[in-house]
Amino acid sequence: MIFWLISTIIKIIVVFGIILLAAAYLTLLERKIAARIQNRLGPMEAGFHGLLQPIADGIKLFFKEDIIPAEANKALFILAPIIAVIPALVTFSVIPFGAPVKILGHIVPLQITDVNIGILFILALTSLGVYGVVVGGWASNSKYALLGGLRTAAQMISYEISLALSIIGVIMIAGSLSLANIVSAQSHIWFIVFQPAGFLIYLIASTAEMNRVPFDLGEAEGELVAGFHTEYSSMKFAFYFIGEYAQIVVNSAIITTLFLGGWQGPFLPSVIWFIIKVFAVILVYLWFRWTYPRLRYDELMHFGWKFLLPLALANIIVTGFVMILLGK
Amino acid sequence: MAENSFLPILIILILAIVFAFATVGLSAFLGKNTYEKGKLKPYECGVEPVGNPHIRFDIKFYLIAIFFLLFDIEALFLFPWAAVFIKLGLFGFVEMFLFIVILLLGLIYIWKKGALEWD
Repeated sequence: MIFWLISTIIKIIVVFGIILLAAAYLTLLERKIAARIQNRLGPMEAGFHGLLQPIADGIKLFFKEDIIPAEANKALFILAPIIAVIPALVTFSVIPFGAPVKILGHIVPLQITDVNIGILFILALTSLGVYGVVVGGWASNSKYALLGGLRTAAQMISYEISLALSIIGVIMIAGSLSLANIVSAQSHIWFIVFQPAGFLIYLIASTAEMNRVPFDLGEAEGELVAGFHTEYSSMKFAFYFIGEYAQIVVNSAIITTLFLGGWQGPFLPSVIWFIIKVFAVILVYLWFRWTYPRLRYDELMHFGWKFLLPLALANIIVTGFVMILLGK
Repeated sequence: MAENSFLPILIILILAIVFAFATVGLSAFLGKNTYEKGKLKPYECGVEPVGNPHIRFDIKFYLIAIFFLLFDIEALFLFPWAAVFIKLGLFGFVEMFLFIVILLLGLIYIWKKGALEWD
């Protein structure tokens, strides 16, 4: 009991720290990759090849003037970025990031907690992200913020349906909602082999869910200045970014767990395999951003409702049909 | 205390809440406060703000919210079914096939009604 509590608290602190650090350093990685894709160098001044840039940015944002617009709804304005960041930090608690290890005669699973409804928990938390955006947009009392918040809210709830439906196929094959069981069900073949359509739908819908290019309609710089965070400054502004980048890490970890076999892999330690796979998926997300132009809003809605949603439903039917046919 | 409890989630939730409020609070405390009136106006590209910022918006957003409610709840019904799909066999498949077909009919209906058009 005592051992369980101590090991859990150590795991929580380590995971929490790594998520925050990863979110900070993803900003640097994104700038570096953007620079490479556009044939330039990116941040080079702070530290070796700009390695201290995220820390410099963090310190700068800490000491910036904290502006709350006079006509804004103050309580909601302060609360919105906090709502945006908390779900992203908590979601990782159900994701298994390594094979169980034996310490002092106790078997410690490398997962903060394996709840039996892990997937539902993840879906519930990721859908909370919409509140941070829509509350921030509303409370700012600015036209750009309101428009950005509304657009993003409609976009996020539209793609959330496809996101939830794309996972059903995985659950059908694994026969469990617990993420540890889903990982162990993939010990022979990764689920991406059985669920290529589900994988692609999840990848696309999660990009839309995080408001990243090509789905960043809510913060389209060309027309809405900065969308829902137009009025934000200082640490509250940074929180929207920490939320977004932590969300990238978490979504990559979810894809790794559901489709890419989780922490399993030959030769190397399980945690290393997990990090390699998560990193690969993160690179795909960043690659999207610097490759595709932004969609138009009607195209975005048509794509979500008229293509992804029927495809996700068809995927479930085909998966069920094949499984019945093979007599599994 | 079972290993699969929700207690660790509560701990990490409290940690996240404390972290978020402490950081925002500390930043508000550390940041300089040289407010002047112009800065506190809503941003409108440097000109004086025109009219009420809480403008009227398209009814389409409301429709999308209702569709979301319907489809997301129906998607939620699929989760318990998918978890026991292997045990249900053919019977479970036919049942859910009909359910998904009804769902698709609903989608085709709102599609034909033009509720998904944005112009």
